[in-house]
Amino acid sequence: MSDIRLQNIVKRFGEKVALNDVTLSIRDQEFFVLLGPTGAGKTTTLRVIAGLEKQNSGSVFFNDQNVDSLQPADRDVAFVFQQYSLYPNMSVYDNLAFPLRSPLRRVPENDIRQRVTSAAEKLRISHLLERKTAKLSGGEMQRVSIGRAIVRQPRIFLMDEPLSNLDAKLRESLRVELKHLQKTQGSTTLFVTHDQIEALTMADRIAVLDEGEVLQIGTPHDIYDRPATTFVAQLVGTPRINLVEAPLVDGKLRLADSGLHVEAPKNGKVPEQVLVGIRPEDVKPGSGSYRGQIVLTEPLGVETILHIRAGSQTLLSVVPGTSTFRLHEEVPFSLAPERIHYFDMSGARLS
Amino acid sequence: MAVTTPHSAQPAPPPQQAPVNYSTRVDKVGLRPRIASATRAVIAIIIAFIMLIPVFWMGMTAFKSRPDAVSVPPKVFFTPTLEGFVSLFTQRRQLSEAEIAAYNERTDLSWADEIALLRGQAIIGESKFRGQLINSIIISAASTFFSVGFGVLAAYAFSRFNIPGKDDLLFFILSQRMLPAVVVTIPIFLMYREVGLYDTHLGMILLYTSFNLSFSVWLLKGFIDEIPREYEEAALVDGYTRLQAFRKIVLPQAVTGIAATTVFALIFSWNEYAFALMLTSEVARTAPPSIPLVLGTGGIEWAAIAAGSLIFLIPVVVVTFLLRQHLLRGVTFGAIRKG
Amino acid sequence: MATIHLQNVEKKFGEQFAVKPLNMTINSGEFIVLLGPSGCGKTTTLRMISGLEAVTSGNILFDQKDVTWLHPSQRDIAFVFQFFALYSHMTARENIAFPLQAQGMPRDQITKRVNEVANMLRIEHILKLRPGSLSGGDQQRVALARALVRRPAAFLMDEPLGALDAEFREGMRAEIKRLHIDQEATTVYVTHDQVEAMAMGDRIVIMSRAEVQQADTPAEVYHNPANLFVARFIGSPGMNLLEGVYESGAIRLPGRNAYEVPDRWRSALESSLPADGRVILGFRPEAVSLWETGQLGARVYADDLHGGYSMLHLELAEGVVIHARAGRDGNYPIGTPIGFDLEPEMVRFFHPETEQALNRGKAS
Repeated sequence: MSDIRLQNIVKRFGEKVALNDVTLSIRDQEFFVLLGPTGAGKTTTLRVIAGLEKQNSGSVFFNDQNVDSLQPADRDVAFVFQQYSLYPNMSVYDNLAFPLRSPLRRVPENDIRQRVTSAAEKLRISHLLERKTAKLSGGEMQRVSIGRAIVRQPRIFLMDEPLSNLDAKLRESLRVELKHLQKTQGSTTLFVTHDQIEALTMADRIAVLDEGEVLQIGTPHDIYDRPATTFVAQLVGTPRINLVEAPLVDGKLRLADSGLHVEAPKNGKVPEQVLVGIRPEDVKPGSGSYRGQIVLTEPLGVETILHIRAGSQTLLSVVPGTSTFRLHEEVPFSLAPERIHYFDMSGARLS
Repeated sequence: MAVTTPHSAQPAPPPQQAPVNYSTRVDKVGLRPRIASATRAVIAIIIAFIMLIPVFWMGMTAFKSRPDAVSVPPKVFFTPTLEGFVSLFTQRRQLSEAEIAAYNERTDLSWADEIALLRGQAIIGESKFRGQLINSIIISAASTFFSVGFGVLAAYAFSRFNIPGKDDLLFFILSQRMLPAVVVTIPIFLMYREVGLYDTHLGMILLYTSFNLSFSVWLLKGFIDEIPREYEEAALVDGYTRLQAFRKIVLPQAVTGIAATTVFALIFSWNEYAFALMLTSEVARTAPPSIPLVLGTGGIEWAAIAAGSLIFLIPVVVVTFLLRQHLLRGVTFGAIRKG
Repeated sequence: MATIHLQNVEKKFGEQFAVKPLNMTINSGEFIVLLGPSGCGKTTTLRMISGLEAVTSGNILFDQKDVTWLHPSQRDIAFVFQFFALYSHMTARENIAFPLQAQGMPRDQITKRVNEVANMLRIEHILKLRPGSLSGGDQQRVALARALVRRPAAFLMDEPLGALDAEFREGMRAEIKRLHIDQEATTVYVTHDQVEAMAMGDRIVIMSRAEVQQADTPAEVYHNPANLFVARFIGSPGMNLLEGVYESGAIRLPGRNAYEVPDRWRSALESSLPADGRVILGFRPEAVSLWETGQLGARVYADDLHGGYSMLHLELAEGVVIHARAGRDGNYPIGTPIGFDLEPEMVRFFHPETEQALNRGKAS
């Protein structure tokens, strides 16, 4: 196992800057998630660490050893791709054994058999070992891919959206399995995803990337409770955070076109115009001094999403279970004051 | 709430019989698809028959005697003979009446001699055709091997690496194929004569290889582009070198493209006529220019020409047949590889 | 707006059923969602209603009129496809106007109608653009506008949000539902996404293996799934399902656990379970309350934050993991022993062989 340090990594593709001065440290045995939309530079970061892509400047360190000059094969990392990386002309067993048979390692066949069998058991794919990979389902394929990484016992696991091609139910269960495996194996894992739920549920720490820059690094709680920018606030959480412009009037923030107002943040200088963010679970219908009309209900079983219109603003609210509020009903509601987020108009969080 | 399981009898409101325009789509009617598919089969058979008539005709002519081959109206039923093949592979001289009588007495004649004797001829040696056939095999096999071999390496590089001036290079390679053979034969002839490549196997192999290479690079690049890079990158990370990854991962998956390219390259160099006619004479002459030259002493030997064409067809048919599975996928140019 | 009846509608491809005989009434103005995994027959059903696919047998009635053998164009329906199916060489306005032109409507009337729907969908500013330069969400809005402008008797939608990025999907989901509330148009909507189905449908028809498994309101299918398939398919994650053996009032569960069955369910179990007492116990993640002295015990397998709440994964025995909704501030290291109870009203029982539910409770 190993920690990873990225020092001022810059990577350009022609004119396009894919990574702009990225500095990160990932601790030994940590489950670290890179979260961001398409084109944020997450995958490029992973490929630079693997040595599949050469950075223009900056350095990569494993355990304080500079690995910039090492070939991918010599870095001792395992890479799980989003798809395609199983060799279709080999059986599952040969796929799992393939990295061990590399001229670098030359593991004796006996040891290979033992390591493959034990990895297969851990991932519950023992019954598939003789099959050709083309005959596997999506979930089985991705299990084999992960297995191929595990047999290696590498210093670092790099995973590039390994779950995103699977259906929702499978994704949920593999998510839990993968997290359990990582925690019990204690492997350093760097996991790339654009799915905020994957990031929140699996990570020890998350780095949010956008357009080649790191916007925020923190635990899932940090990211969710104290998003550094409106971009981060909107990226995590479903349904999305309510974000409303609010001018400062008489020491209070008046939410635009809604007749609602919230207290201004106590400390620091408050600008004339503020973006107020309220998570849907912090909009609480049933009692309170605000009034709105229910314009849409979305019953999801475990919870219900209510669209509450106040003035011309529509706020989303999430309540547990099946809501008894009816469509078009006028309801009182309140906003949890201690959980309101404030951003300036450029999107940066006000402390 | 009115969804019911199929068998619980939810009384449905009786339909009002409104005037209805029935549509006449084929897939709605039980019998029609069968008629349609039968019709399609019949049409396919007719087309195949029309297309194959020349081939049948050639095959028949190869086994006809000289009078049968030129008879009008053409004979469909005839006694097959190997006369055409004998005149293709041998040199003969005309015998006098006395010699024919003497030959008829002999018992040591081979079957080929017997056939020649029927036409009053004796075999005096082998024709050049066998040597030319062997030349054809050597030259086309070697040039196909090299053009596919170099082609796959070049295509891989073009597909995977960021080569400076890649697009220009690719266009340059394609441009090698733009001039028709007729235009370049004379300059090449002059060049080859100067450097001593005229009428050599090496010269022809070089020429066909370079001619096929542009085509094979383009075709193979298309196939290799379709193979996801992740396969090789996984192998790279797993501890293999680029070349090992290429051999173990890329090549097995490019088989379809390689097969298709092989057949195309082989067909080209096997059939090539213009260069072969101009750039070879005795040593390295291939079969195509010589088949039409198998002219008999008295009139054109149609049976011999047909026999030559038939023999000439066989290797391409065999190779195509052996590779047919790969080809069927290959000719769709990777369209079905997805998923 | 039309009422749609399906009477013993079935579809076979060769000997294979794509849709087994199906009876269903879709009321005028209702939003029906056909939900199921791929290959379950939901799209085939929709295509039969539209006339794009011929039925093998059975009848389809729109407002009591038999349309079984009518061409799609004669059924007065609008179809919205997953991949928008916009004409790339026409502007958004021309795309929307296209079906009206096909009807030979006068030009000024077309302009009026197009402006109306464009206003409704808030796409006036993009009417002059071609589909190629629009975002996925806007393309789907144009496609919806093209469907709406006809004022058809019914809307048929085949995974219209399937091709959109996740960030647009939630918003479009609400937009379509709002549109439906305004228009009260009979809508049949196909999706494989259970969240979408729950959020949008007045009723959800859950299909699997060419058959309807359950058809009911979102709350009913969530709280009272008719069988194991529905229990697993609805919810994220699906219902926790534990195999056990019923014996004198209690169910023996993996990990030497025993669940005391509430009195009111006992007679239902005793009358319908197989002789060996095997039963499947089902409960939603929110039915679990963590409790040191709870009657059930497990070890923490993993725990994760979902934003507003945490999900705790508990391992009762090797490979038997259940999911429990928990507050977001607990700290649960892997392997910690933990006790829990189940909310009695939310516990469901299933027959191990027929897989049918054995009890029903309140839906909220």
